[in-house]
Amino acid sequence: MNTSLYRELGLTDDEYNAICGRLGRDPSYTELAMFSVMWSEHCSYKSSKVHLKTMPTKGDHILVGPGEGAGIIEVAPGVAVAWKIESHNHPSFVEPFSGAATGVGGIVRDILSMGARPIALLDSLRFGAPDADRRTPYLIDGVVHGISSYGNSIGVPTVGGEMVFEDCYAENPLVNVACLGVVEDRLMHGRAEGPGNKVILFGSSTGRDGIGGASVLASSEFDDTSLEKRPSVQVGDPFTEKLLIEASLELIRAGLVVGFQDLGAGGISCPTSEMAAKAGTGMRVSLDEVHLREPGMEPFEVMISESQERMMMVVRPEDAVRALEICKRWGLEARTLGEVTDTGRVEATRGGVVVADVPAEALADEGPVYRRPSARPAWFDEVRSAPDGSGAPDDLNAALVALLSAPAVASKRWAWEQYDHMIFLGTIVGPGSDAAVIRLPGTGVAVALSVDGNGRFCLLDPYEGARLAVAEAARNVACSGARPLAVTNCLNFGNPEKPGVMWQFAEVIRGIGDACTALATPVTGGNVSFYNETKGRAIFPTPVIGMLGVLPDPNDALAAGFVKEGDAIVMLGDTSPFDFGGSEFAKVVHGSLGGRPPALDLAAEQRLHRLLDAARPFLHSAHDCSEGGVAVALAESAFGGPTGFGVELGGSLQPHAALFAETPSRAVVTCEEGDVDPLLALARNQDVPAQRIGATGGTMLDFGVCSISLDRARSLFESSLPTHLSGSI
Amino acid sequence: MNARVGIITFPGTNCEQDCERAFAALGGAPVRVWHGDTTLPDVDVVVLPGGFAHGDYLRTGALARFSPIMDAVRAHADAGGTVIGICNGFQVLCEAGMLPGALRKNAGLKFRCKWVELKVENASTRFTSRAGAGQILRIPINHFEGNYYCDEDTLETMRADGRVILRYVQNPNGSLDDIAGICNSSGTVFGLMPHPERACEALLGSIDGAVIFESILDNARVSA
Repeated sequence: MNTSLYRELGLTDDEYNAICGRLGRDPSYTELAMFSVMWSEHCSYKSSKVHLKTMPTKGDHILVGPGEGAGIIEVAPGVAVAWKIESHNHPSFVEPFSGAATGVGGIVRDILSMGARPIALLDSLRFGAPDADRRTPYLIDGVVHGISSYGNSIGVPTVGGEMVFEDCYAENPLVNVACLGVVEDRLMHGRAEGPGNKVILFGSSTGRDGIGGASVLASSEFDDTSLEKRPSVQVGDPFTEKLLIEASLELIRAGLVVGFQDLGAGGISCPTSEMAAKAGTGMRVSLDEVHLREPGMEPFEVMISESQERMMMVVRPEDAVRALEICKRWGLEARTLGEVTDTGRVEATRGGVVVADVPAEALADEGPVYRRPSARPAWFDEVRSAPDGSGAPDDLNAALVALLSAPAVASKRWAWEQYDHMIFLGTIVGPGSDAAVIRLPGTGVAVALSVDGNGRFCLLDPYEGARLAVAEAARNVACSGARPLAVTNCLNFGNPEKPGVMWQFAEVIRGIGDACTALATPVTGGNVSFYNETKGRAIFPTPVIGMLGVLPDPNDALAAGFVKEGDAIVMLGDTSPFDFGGSEFAKVVHGSLGGRPPALDLAAEQRLHRLLDAARPFLHSAHDCSEGGVAVALAESAFGGPTGFGVELGGSLQPHAALFAETPSRAVVTCEEGDVDPLLALARNQDVPAQRIGATGGTMLDFGVCSISLDRARSLFESSLPTHLSGSI
Repeated sequence: MNARVGIITFPGTNCEQDCERAFAALGGAPVRVWHGDTTLPDVDVVVLPGGFAHGDYLRTGALARFSPIMDAVRAHADAGGTVIGICNGFQVLCEAGMLPGALRKNAGLKFRCKWVELKVENASTRFTSRAGAGQILRIPINHFEGNYYCDEDTLETMRADGRVILRYVQNPNGSLDDIAGICNSSGTVFGLMPHPERACEALLGSIDGAVIFESILDNARVSA
């Protein structure tokens, strides 16, 4: 075969030779296209597999770990949830509205494929500085509108997330979407059991949109021609997705579904090969039966089209008619493509001619595995010895104002008011707090959900940065009244073929693994996004941790906002004056990014979580201290409630360290004045430093050494993002 | 006997479960009704819930008005039965001509999901009898097309007849005359953009929505 052809499809010479060796012949064009998507980085995890295997994935409450559509966690006896995060970075840069919308659609189908009703979405978004160039506001507006348009229409609330701005994401925005589902009737698996069973494709028609969309875009770097790939981005149809959700759940309730999988990257190639490989069976499908959107599609296009809103199910022959009827009542196209075989092969025919006949395992499981060279990059020592931005500011008040107005800190209301965050009557704590708290319908249980990452910390030390991200996500969940239980992660990195990037990746995996082991929060799955580079410049290594916690009683939910005047404010945890490396203060006040990230003691972190749990009956509010330190945490608590506050942070620390250092394992909580002593006693028992620092009340954010009126601070905080975006959109 | 509440589900409707749960918790007896049916079961109240009927791809409510069930909904109202359209349901009722006016895209051209305050302008309707005149209700909105418009004569007539039932305290979407909810001339059909079903439980932030739903349940049996 002509070398330029397989290279154009993204396969290397060695990979092509491996395919020929496995088949014992040259692949047909259709087969080659199938291998190219199934063996792509995006689908095969060929560069990450050896590292991912080292993460902790087991726990008593983990029913399904990595490798299926989503992790499954038992949050209470008989109550199982599906939890997964996925990236749609590359498509969202090329076409922000559709890229983000289909990112939502894709993760929702992953959850659905497990037999779970999707009930909550969270987004972790990263862009360049909002006013750095003309394209960034367009990207921000497009991505937020895409999420809003799709999520609102399918009726799944978007309950939280994060939005971060950093120059390294200007030409490589990150769009990571997490989804939670509740298993309604029974758990589904992507397995094609039972030769003779029928294979049904249902949902949208199959078109030329997204031929090699996600798999091609996400498996190479960007350059000046990337925007020409716009036609490779799929277009979403949320109306069909909503019908797909309802029809799928009805099919499952009716007991008709033997095996179930969504179609995402890789198109029809993916569920046919993966479901057969998992069950040790084969599958024979006729491409003549695929409902096409346009005439004249080539067999390879039909096999790898990434048209959205499609699912594949395996049903017993006697149930096929009923299954097709249910789809029809929901207005969905459904066709029987063929059947499960015992050959171990995926066979596809068109007009009676075999166009593909390959071992299912070769496509699904036997992709290349690379242990890519890894080396600490040369620039690393330079960054570590650069100033950490810990110097005292000229003016504390000015520093406070600058931090509250910094886009990364300021209110994201502009975005989350565009999302339906209330549907399903489960949102007890919505966007703008530490974690979202969601009551699970039909149960007495609630879960807390948080997505967190910190690219700056990971740049300065990928191992420590990853541990910090896990700790912060868990702390957010603990501050919401929940016990951290399980993690899903989205790993966003540059080009894995560069040893420096691979070193960052390996270090991050080691950090996540250690932190998840220490906090007893196993990793249940996730997604790797490599090649986040444009013109040779990589993003900061950015693992995003999706933490799930459980609240046995939804009434125990806590929010970050103060509840009333006259409450005591208690600081939990100690502040270290050295924790400025990678901080928001260092960036905003000194323009510095250097030194070491804050030091984390995971045992202290866990003691804080246990204290928050034990002290729950005393607490009126709780808020984790992260970007901007205690000062920003207290200000946010005031914005979330009806009152200002007065505190004295004192101690031996310099004022700016007490206010702005980003020492982990800290939280600010409020309680009745009369409960301060028992709370402090509890903290001593749990070995957590704690002190009363002041009280709520008044109309000022009064830190003693500096102050600002609540009204002015709120106005800075609320107007920053809209102001940065206005005029440019 | 509990008031029977028929909840219409169009393809793309997504607030049917929430309405069902809220009415059931307040003592109503909800029953789902598929948009393709041509007759209503024996119900006292018809609810057109929020969502994106038929995807709202053409214009909100523009296709749903042609759904087979709509003739029966109209007949139910004509016979004195209660009909309430919430959000997308309000848009459908306007498109169907059962309420005057139209809902345009929000001023600002953004979807808005947020808590708002509503003033009860007329507390002597079957939808607001549990409220005090001028009472402020805290209920969330969730829409892109909630910017109410009608011609001047219609507005004058509605004002004079007390058919502007709810007004926004702070207008979130550019609605004419701050209108959040109106009823038809016979007082049987009520359309509103805010979502009362989302404000029927203290844990979710407000119980003010129950004022509207309980009024409807109180009056359902006498009216039907």
